[in-house]
Amino acid sequence: MVEKKVSAENINYFYGGNQALRDVSLGVPAHSVTVFFGPAGGGKTTLLRLINRLNDMVENTRMTGRILLDNKNIYDEDVDVAILRRRVGMVFALPLPLPGTIRENVTYGLKLAGMRDGHRIAEILEKSLVQAAIWDEIKDRLDSPASSLSGGQQQRLCIARSLALEPEVLLLDEPTSGLDPISTRKVEDSLQELKQLYTIIIVPHSIQQAARVADQAAFFLMGDLIEYRPGTEIFTTPRDKRTEDYITGRFG
Amino acid sequence: MGARHLSLNWASSLSSKIAGLVPGRKGKPPPPAGRSYVEFLIESSIRVLGFSTIGFVLLIFFFLLREGLPIFREVAPANLFGTRWYPTFDLFGTLPLIIGSAYVTVASIAIALPLGVATAVFIREVAPHWTREVLKPLIEVLAGIPSVVLGFFGMHVLAPLVRTTMDVPTGLTAFTGAVLLAYMALPTIISVAEDAIDTVPRSYRDAALAMGATHWQTIWRVVVPAARSGIATAVMLGMGRAIGETMAVMMVTGNAARMPISLNSLFMPVRTMTATVAAEMGEVANGSVHYHSLFGIGIILFILTFLINIVAATAIFKKRHRGGLR
Repeated sequence: MVEKKVSAENINYFYGGNQALRDVSLGVPAHSVTVFFGPAGGGKTTLLRLINRLNDMVENTRMTGRILLDNKNIYDEDVDVAILRRRVGMVFALPLPLPGTIRENVTYGLKLAGMRDGHRIAEILEKSLVQAAIWDEIKDRLDSPASSLSGGQQQRLCIARSLALEPEVLLLDEPTSGLDPISTRKVEDSLQELKQLYTIIIVPHSIQQAARVADQAAFFLMGDLIEYRPGTEIFTTPRDKRTEDYITGRFG
Repeated sequence: MGARHLSLNWASSLSSKIAGLVPGRKGKPPPPAGRSYVEFLIESSIRVLGFSTIGFVLLIFFFLLREGLPIFREVAPANLFGTRWYPTFDLFGTLPLIIGSAYVTVASIAIALPLGVATAVFIREVAPHWTREVLKPLIEVLAGIPSVVLGFFGMHVLAPLVRTTMDVPTGLTAFTGAVLLAYMALPTIISVAEDAIDTVPRSYRDAALAMGATHWQTIWRVVVPAARSGIATAVMLGMGRAIGETMAVMMVTGNAARMPISLNSLFMPVRTMTATVAAEMGEVANGSVHYHSLFGIGIILFILTFLINIVAATAIFKKRHRGGLR
């Protein structure tokens, strides 16, 4: 068995009285693309947000169980959340460039982390924009406002912004939901390159996308993890009736 | 207008739907006897009330102009905008009053802005739920304290404190007034700034946090900048409140109509426009030059407040229409 980069162990999660995750356990191998998919309200985004502790700020929630990153529980008392979030980057459904220029958007996280070395910052800026497959389009206008980019470019900029911090794990929450097919293709292609360097967990915006990018896939339904198997198997020969119904479009 | 039409249409379409559901009746039922008459009565009385409010405001404005405008003919501009306000010697220099008002207002904003924004940030971003629930109504109550009570507090607590700590001859100074005004502007600034911070989408916070920003970095570098137009509006509204305030200011600023030119005039008495009008209006002969000059001050004050409100309203308008980063 391959070493697990991220493992969830018996996660139960509640928003007030509603249970969003029910005893979920799974392990994510390093350097691969793991897909969380299923109908809305299944808990996939919640689980994603738990992996970099973004839900800490949400009031009136409760969690039991453990999430391990390199076999260390990220909910332990001695974990610095800011440092954890640098190790576990996240890209959201809507492209959210912060106010400011393209350059500022990418280097912002580095500056927050206390990096001052100008050469190093410039190096990382270029590298992460190249990795996010947007460098060629914007290299001549790094100092124009990020809001002047198209939606697809903004989303790839946000990916670059996460990559700039050189995270170990990259979480993507429907990163292509607002994008046109060409931009979607570019993002998906870059995922295949990025998994050499990072561990990627993605909530795709369609089953087709799930099938295209997945090394392994987990099917979530109403807070339950129904099935978690390699992508080549789960989308062709699902074991569970509910997975099959969802994949073949009988509900969803 | 639009909303009323809409609701009328909605009501009639509803009644026709109901009519359709009832078997044996076709089309729109006739209105019950007398209903349209009552409807007409209510509608027209609402209209009369609405228009009369506008009418009263216009009348007040015309009155202000009628009584105030003559001063600009009766007194030479050089005198009117001179530095000496001695109406008994026919010296009507309003400059010390205008600058006095500006001085106190700007100083009060300088005090209230950091305090107000910090409080708004605390309530919205830092305070636990129960603290927020206690603080918000408390701040509303703060807005309800009558200004004369604050003035009283200023005279007997704040002024002696200023006098002894700053070692100045009197505690009735521009600074004392500024502190009181800051206190009065705070509730406005806090609640408007808090609303502005509240409208910053959670996704902005998420984006910053996901980049490894700490809570404080997120607030200071993302949330507050994203809310800055709302915060600017808050300050404008607070400023409008401060510049028009009379009673508390009159009680604690000493009311000496001298030019506050140097920085240490912050700790000397000043006289504001509002205090001048309030103090002198009771004593002037109706229709005299002095009487007109007080109304002239009223016009100047009106224009200033109007400008500030317009700037604030434009900021709100822009904010609504820009979308995205609200």
